[in-house]
Amino acid sequence: MGNMELTENHRQYWRKNLNITAILLAIWFVVTFGVGYFARDLNFTFFGWPFSFWMGAQGSLVVYCLIIWYYARYMNNLDIEHGVQETEE
Amino acid sequence: MAGMFGSDAGPSSAASNKAFKQNLNKVYKWYTGGFLIFVIALAILEQMGLPRQWIGFIFLLATIGLYAGIGIMSRTTDAAEYYVAGRRVPAIYNGMATGADWMSAASFIGMAGTLYLTGYGGLAFIMGWTGGYCLVALFLAPYMRKFGQFTVPDFLGERYGGNLPRFLGVLAAILCSFTYVVAQIYGVGLITARLTGVAFEIGIFLGLGGILVCSFLGGMRAVTWTQVAQYIILIVAYMIPVVWLSVKQTNVPVPQAIYGYQLQKVTAEEKRLTNDPKELEVREIFKQRSATLTEKLKDPAVALAADKDAATKKVADLKAANAPMAEIAAAEKALASLPKDAEAAKKAWTAAKAGADTKSKPLNGMVPHANQFAGDPKGDAAAQKAYDVSRRNFLALIFCLMVGTAALPHILMRYYTVPSVKEARESVSWSLFFIFLLYFTAPALAVLVKYEVFTVLIGTPFDHLPVWIAEWNRVDPGLLSVTDINKDGILQLNEMSIGGDIIVLAAPAIGGLPYVVSGLVAAGGLAAALSTADGLLLTIANALSHDLYYKMIDPNASTARRVTISKVLLLVVALCAAYVAAQKPADILFLVSAAFSFAAAAFFPVLVLGIFWKRATGIAASLGMIAGLGTTFYYMVTTQPWLRSVFGVTSPIQLWWDIQPISAGLFGVPVGFAVIILVSLVTPAPSKKIQDLVDHVRYPNLKSA
Repeated sequence: MGNMELTENHRQYWRKNLNITAILLAIWFVVTFGVGYFARDLNFTFFGWPFSFWMGAQGSLVVYCLIIWYYARYMNNLDIEHGVQETEE
Repeated sequence: MAGMFGSDAGPSSAASNKAFKQNLNKVYKWYTGGFLIFVIALAILEQMGLPRQWIGFIFLLATIGLYAGIGIMSRTTDAAEYYVAGRRVPAIYNGMATGADWMSAASFIGMAGTLYLTGYGGLAFIMGWTGGYCLVALFLAPYMRKFGQFTVPDFLGERYGGNLPRFLGVLAAILCSFTYVVAQIYGVGLITARLTGVAFEIGIFLGLGGILVCSFLGGMRAVTWTQVAQYIILIVAYMIPVVWLSVKQTNVPVPQAIYGYQLQKVTAEEKRLTNDPKELEVREIFKQRSATLTEKLKDPAVALAADKDAATKKVADLKAANAPMAEIAAAEKALASLPKDAEAAKKAWTAAKAGADTKSKPLNGMVPHANQFAGDPKGDAAAQKAYDVSRRNFLALIFCLMVGTAALPHILMRYYTVPSVKEARESVSWSLFFIFLLYFTAPALAVLVKYEVFTVLIGTPFDHLPVWIAEWNRVDPGLLSVTDINKDGILQLNEMSIGGDIIVLAAPAIGGLPYVVSGLVAAGGLAAALSTADGLLLTIANALSHDLYYKMIDPNASTARRVTISKVLLLVVALCAAYVAAQKPADILFLVSAAFSFAAAAFFPVLVLGIFWKRATGIAASLGMIAGLGTTFYYMVTTQPWLRSVFGVTSPIQLWWDIQPISAGLFGVPVGFAVIILVSLVTPAPSKKIQDLVDHVRYPNLKSA
């Protein structure tokens, strides 16, 4: 750890991290609880499934995978952009 | 060979990590190929007349032998290897191991069955047990990896300073892991018994051997590489019957994409069956039975005496009339099976009445598969309330399962094993991807099996029923039984009782696949249960040896001593869990779900605030954990029937906002957050050292720029 004074660069990195976390969390919330709450109303047919059934069984899972994949990619790039990536040994 | 899963030598470098990964790719490619050849060879032998019992034994011995072999090859006494597999597990392999660690007997065997029985309502488990990984990825995994110790209580101890948070962490980790591991060992016993025909208790100890030889010798390293092997078996085993059923029904080999149309057909069948005259006949008979039982329950003592008189008289009459021995024996058996006293009669009849009530409902008491929630928002007041409560509980259950997923120590521990923060993030993607493969398929399996049951099975004459029905009935009548209630010689839906656990295990038979696939599926279920049990036992043993013994009792203990103690504890905990599982505890499914609520309330607030809020203080953390866990525990004990009887609670059940006890974490989590925040604000801020630690975990590499 040592002596570390956080620079503006560091603060910016953390702010961006919080922003992307909040955005992805909002998507997660809408897909899970939003669609869940209005499940009865979102009952139109979607390739054979009632839409909300499909969302619960398949669609939300795909979105979860995408959220995590995107976060990993975004953060790994952000690390490099702000010079806080781990050094190769 | 000893170097196949990494050696004990020194710290890992990027180049050696790459070579290590390439080596792993080779090993597991050969392994998968070998496994497929093994299954094909068994299939050929089956065609040549190898008895079924043998196939079961070969599967059992081959897979457990394989796991034991990996365990022996990965044996270690090095602390970093034993606790975190040397921190050199590549993201994709950690993902696979997490997948196997995560998917328990409940996911593999129970999930599709739950979906079959509850339709849309069961999707709470699908969403809850996958969506939780979003929380793992966004809030926990990368930061825990950067922190880089050995266990979850480690983090609590360092971040919040002092032994109290660490000790509470140990307690909570043991509480959720132990209830969970009992359920896994129970599952192991069940599958072993089915696969080979040995007694349940012997099955438990056979399976226990498989768990122990692996985790005992090599700790996290052995468990990781075994879990990867187990994941491959379980996913292959899960896919084959589903794809087969899909091809059989629709000619398309991608069930996940096509079962929507099968769902439409199932929905149409449900409408037809609800008004089918024969079904109505059966339901009417059950309604009468229920009415008779209601009458009897008004005064059980008198009714029981009357029953006894009638049965005694029947035996006497038959004997007097020189009736055939079989009839007399049946009448005597009926007499002997009457409840012993009024108390027992009341209990038995109440249960029988509940069963008859369910069976007098349309579709055998199942809700229509695609129906979102019970009740009706546009109906009368009762229907509106039913709709509201059902929806609220559905969402509450998802919340608890998700937050619980993100807080289970045996899962979080896995992210300590990857080489870097970057890999930790990627590893969560891989974890969810590998879990997704199975969870994405389970709803398809449920619908395809339901279609098969509705269209092929229902309406079959009793003397033409497929063989597997009789076979499963022999294994356990509680899982599957058929009775010709209205004596028309044809099977109606309400004449069949089916347990959820059978859906996956019987799917190969339902689809008409050879027995070797049934064996494969059972081996997959075994892999799922064993892998989860491995991870859980390790979590408990490490919490005790590392956190309790090394960090709190004897900080000067040598590495070798710590690992030895961990191994001994592992053995003790495993035996305790096996002992509890052998008692066949009543509400095992509830216990598993309860573990999620406990983990959610105990760990999630304290971990998340520990990373995202520097101001969170040690005292606040301890109080928050106690309050969250306490609230959850209180709600469960006062509302859940089994826990009420254990703790002797007699006050009337008071549900808060009609939330079911299974979702008690819904109250525990916010209470935990609130207590930590409020208490932190009135206690002095954490020291500079701890604030620096928080910065340290927030940045993958914090050099003074």
